[in-house]
Amino acid sequence: MSFASPMIQEQANMPEPAAAAAKVAARNVNVYYGEKHALKDVSVDIPVRAVTSFIGPSGCGKSTFLRCINRMNDTIPICRVTGDITIDGKDIYDSRLDVVLLRARVGMVFQKPNPFPKSIYENVAYGPRLHGMARSKTELDEIVVNSLKRASLFEEVKDRLQESGTGLSGGQQQRLCIARAIAVSPEVILMDEPCSALDPIATAKIEELIDELRSNFTIVIVTHSMQQAARVSQRTAFFHLGSLVEEGSTEQIFTNPKDKRTQDYITGRFG
Amino acid sequence: MTQHIVRAYDEELGALSVKINQMGGIAEAMLTDAIDALVRHDVGKARGVIERDGQLDALQNEIEELAVLVIAKRQPMANDLRHIMGTIRIASDIERIGDLMKNIAKRVTVMEERFIGTRSLAGIQHMAHLVLGQVKAVLDGFAQKSSDLARHVWLHDGEVDQLNNSLFRELLTYMMEDPRSITFSTHLLFIAKNIERAGDHATNIAETVFFIETGQQLSGPRPKGESSVFAVSAPGK
Repeated sequence: MSFASPMIQEQANMPEPAAAAAKVAARNVNVYYGEKHALKDVSVDIPVRAVTSFIGPSGCGKSTFLRCINRMNDTIPICRVTGDITIDGKDIYDSRLDVVLLRARVGMVFQKPNPFPKSIYENVAYGPRLHGMARSKTELDEIVVNSLKRASLFEEVKDRLQESGTGLSGGQQQRLCIARAIAVSPEVILMDEPCSALDPIATAKIEELIDELRSNFTIVIVTHSMQQAARVSQRTAFFHLGSLVEEGSTEQIFTNPKDKRTQDYITGRFG
Repeated sequence: MTQHIVRAYDEELGALSVKINQMGGIAEAMLTDAIDALVRHDVGKARGVIERDGQLDALQNEIEELAVLVIAKRQPMANDLRHIMGTIRIASDIERIGDLMKNIAKRVTVMEERFIGTRSLAGIQHMAHLVLGQVKAVLDGFAQKSSDLARHVWLHDGEVDQLNNSLFRELLTYMMEDPRSITFSTHLLFIAKNIERAGDHATNIAETVFFIETGQQLSGPRPKGESSVFAVSAPGK
């Protein structure tokens, strides 16, 4: 697969160049669930070390697109993906690519916190151990502690690392899932509505965490909260009926969107 | 404009616009009456202008409170947010126009009648007429959501400035010819300046209306005629 030809780049739905270098580049991505055409010709650049948010009404394709970035859609038998998605210029749909390794590079945090029914320590240690990232117990301990610290959870759990991860509060569980995701040193972190099950305080902590993480990771977040998108992201993309309607700096999208559909959606004029 | 899913939101935004229109109506009437009171030396009318300023202050407060409430309740975005921020700014500009008219009316109540009737009054009337036209046009632009009307007002401020400039020279001449007219002429100078500043507020409103409608700032060259600060008072000029 290759980058889009100059002719394709002239198409109207091509994004303006993103502010920073693109970590993830998608060109003419289409997704079909059986007969259903769920995502139509999406082309977008996701900048490195920044937060990009995907917004749009339910069923607009934003989560579908998010799941293309670490090939989570491969797990759905009737799902078919066409087009190009590259990370650092390398095609992630290359048949020679190891999907397990891809998902280590592109971590994911889900809507509902889903810690393993294991200890807090094991939740974080699982990935690094699986990928052989630690040569000794000391090294593994170090990774676990660092990951918990970076997820702003360490202080709250340092005295009970052997207790079950499922015993934590919802907000703590979600931060544990983020610690688990960053333990394998991914380059990209995908978050699918990471705060929708959390109260405002826990949400604020996750948002603060996202802001800290963006200096090291490329983060993509799907959110139904436009205020959250406005607060945490630098770029915003609006999806509607399977198409990418508009993508731009978050500031521009929320203060002066170019497309009427974007404006109607963010101002609460259609559902 | 498509309506919001939540109808009460539309009603709140509508209420803000209605209050701006009310303020605009009061300010326009104050401008007309203040100049009328000056020309006819009608102290009663001048006092009426002074009293009406309180209504503008009250409406401005109502607009600010409602705007804060809407922001807190609805977390407005894009054009809605610009509309709300715009009404706060416009309310402040109209309130300032009211203050300027109140100041003119106050001067009328203390001015000596015997100088009334000089030619300068015609110039002031002309200026006031122009500014009134600007204020009306820009408020129509707000009501009609017209960025074109806003731009038109913004481009036509220069004439008022030029009139103020020539009036300034004229009054200087009078003062040199007859020192007894200095007090009266000084009042007129301030009155002319107040009218000119009311025109500036109309221009500010034009910028705000343009921003509400387009999300862009008005920019580019604009004719400026004001140069009274540089006028020379050398005799015989």
